[in-house]
Amino acid sequence: MSFDDAYQALTDHDDDARWAYGTGFADPLAGVPTTLPEGVDGADLAAYCLMIADDALILSHRLQQWVTRAPELEDEMAIANIALDLLGQARLLLTRAGEAEGAGRDEDDLAYLREAADFRHVRLAEVRDDDFGHLIARLLVFATWRLALLDRLSASRDPVLSAIAAKGVKEVTYHREYAAGWTVRLGDGTPLSRQRMQAGLDAVWPLIDELFEPHPIEQRLTGVAVDPASLRPEFDAVLAQVLAAATLDAPAPGSATRDAPASGSATRDAPVSGTATHEEAALGKTPGRDGRHGGELAEILSEMQGLARATPGGVW
Amino acid sequence: MSEQVFEATIAKDQRIEPRDWMPEGYRKTMIRQIAQHAHSEIIGMQPEGAWITRAPSLRRKAILLAKVQDEAGHGLYLYSAAETLGADRGDLTRRLIEGRQKYSSIFNYPTLTFADVGVIGWLVDGAAICNQVPLCRSSFGPYARAMIRICKEESFHQRQGYELLMTMMRGTPAQREMVQDAVNRWWWPSLMMFGPPDAESPNTAQSMAWKIKRHTNDELRQRFVDMSVPQAGALGVTLPDGDLRWNAEREHYDFGEIDWSELKRVISGDGPMNRERIAHRRRADEQGAWVREAAAAHAAKRQGVPA
Repeated sequence: MSFDDAYQALTDHDDDARWAYGTGFADPLAGVPTTLPEGVDGADLAAYCLMIADDALILSHRLQQWVTRAPELEDEMAIANIALDLLGQARLLLTRAGEAEGAGRDEDDLAYLREAADFRHVRLAEVRDDDFGHLIARLLVFATWRLALLDRLSASRDPVLSAIAAKGVKEVTYHREYAAGWTVRLGDGTPLSRQRMQAGLDAVWPLIDELFEPHPIEQRLTGVAVDPASLRPEFDAVLAQVLAAATLDAPAPGSATRDAPASGSATRDAPVSGTATHEEAALGKTPGRDGRHGGELAEILSEMQGLARATPGGVW
Repeated sequence: MSEQVFEATIAKDQRIEPRDWMPEGYRKTMIRQIAQHAHSEIIGMQPEGAWITRAPSLRRKAILLAKVQDEAGHGLYLYSAAETLGADRGDLTRRLIEGRQKYSSIFNYPTLTFADVGVIGWLVDGAAICNQVPLCRSSFGPYARAMIRICKEESFHQRQGYELLMTMMRGTPAQREMVQDAVNRWWWPSLMMFGPPDAESPNTAQSMAWKIKRHTNDELRQRFVDMSVPQAGALGVTLPDGDLRWNAEREHYDFGEIDWSELKRVISGDGPMNRERIAHRRRADEQGAWVREAAAAHAAKRQGVPA
C-alpha cells in the first residue's frame, strides 16, 4: 500500500469495518407500519413503551458510568457494548412512545425534559453499583428478565414493539451470557470474589419481585404488552442454573432487605428500620412503574439532563 | 545471515513478521512505539468518556459511546501487536501507571464543554490520522495491519466530530462561542501532537532508516495545517494564530511559532491533567485486580492446575 493509497482508503466510506464494535446501524423499523393497532389505546401504549424504554435508558446510564473503569479491556468493550445496545432499544421505544402519545414529543424530549416522577423504570435499573460484583449481579437479573420479556414481546400485536423486541432479543441474549459467565467466574473464583458476588446478589435480590408484578396498564394492553408474572418460571430456572454453576446460593426470600449492609447495597434508600413494612406498603407493589423512585434517580437525571436543559434552543 | 535478511526485507519495502529475526534495537523501539500508542488510546478514552453520561442528545450519546468503545478496541489490538514482540499487556499497563512509559500529551488537557468532543474529533483525531496513515506502511507487519483498521475508524470519528461542530455552529450564539473557545484551546496542543521540530527529534533518523517512520514531524505538521485551514473556514471559526497565511511560493500555509516549552512541560508530567489521567487509570487497574485474579483462579480450577 502506498502512502497516497492509504489516504485514499480512508475516503472509502461504504465500508462497515469503520465501526469496530457498533451494532445494528440498519434501521430495524424499515417497512414496519407505525399506525396504532386496532382497539389499542394510544395513551396506554405510550405509557407501556415508556416503562420498557426507561428500564433500558436508566440501566444504560449506570453502565456508561463504568466506561474507563472496567477491570480489563475486554470488559471495557463489553460493558460499553451493552450500554450501547440498551441505549439503542431505549431510543426506539421512546420514539414509539412519542408516536403513540401523539403530542409531538421525540426521543430527546422524553429523555431530557421529563421529571423524576414521570420516569417509569423498575428500581433495579437505577440503583448505584459499587463494585464489579454488584454490576454483574444486577446485569444478570436484568438481562434474564428482559430477555424473557423481549422474547414474548416479539409476538406483540403492535408491529413496532414486535420489531424492536425481535432486534433486542439478539442483543440481550449476549448481555445475559456475559453476566452469567462472570457470575460463574466470580462465584467459583477466589474467596474474595465469591464474597463480593454474593454481596452483589444480596443487594439486588429485594428488587426482584417488582419485576414480575403486573401493572394495570400491562393488564389492559392484552396481546400488545407482556404479563410480567408469566416470565417468572423462566427467570427462576435460568437463575437457578447459573447460580448452581457458580456454586452460589440464592439469597433467602425477603432476607436481604433488612440484613444487607448499609454501605454499597441496593437498599440505600430502602427502609431498614422497624417501620419497613409500613413504608414498603406505601410504595406499593410497582413503585418504579408508578414513578416512585429513590434519591439516586435525581442524581442520574441531573447528570443526564443537565447540559440539555442548560442550553435552551440548542441544537446538537 | 539473519541480519542480511532483515536488511533486505526492509530495503524491498516488505514486512517484518513476529517470528522473523530482528535487531534488539528494532524490537525495543517497536514495543515502545506500539505501547505508547496503545496507552494513548486507553488514556484518550478519559477526556471524551467524561461526556458520555452528559451528552445533550441521545444520538450524540450513542455516537460518543461507540467512539470511546472503538478506542478501547484500538488499545486492545495494539497491546496484542506488542505482545507478538514478547511484551506483556499487564506489564505495559504497570509501566504506564508508574510513569515509565508515555502516552500522547494531548490527553493531558481538560474537556471543558461539549464542544470539546467535536473539536477533539476534528483536530485531535485529524492530527492522529496524519500521524498514523503513514504507519499503515510500517515495516512491522502486525502494527501496519492494525493501523489500517484504526485509521479507517479514526477517519470516521473525525467526520463525526466535524459534523457535531457544524451542527453547533448552526445553533445559538452561545453554542457558536463554545465552538470557537474549544478551537482556541485545542489548536496549539494539536500542532504539538507531531512532536518536537525535526532538528530536535533524536530518534527520527533511525526510525526512518528502519521504515518505522515515513515522514518527519515537521512534514506531517505542515500537512495537518494545510488540511485544517480550509476546514476552519468552512466551519466559520478562526484559528488562533495571527501568523497563519498562505505562502504562494512554498504552496503551504505559514504558521506561528509553537510554544515548545509548554510541550516539554506537559511531556514531563506537568500538564493540566497528567496526574488525574494516570490516577484514574491506576484506580481502575487496582479496583479490577480482584476480578482478574478471580478469572485466573477459575480458569485454573477448570484446567485442574493451581492458579
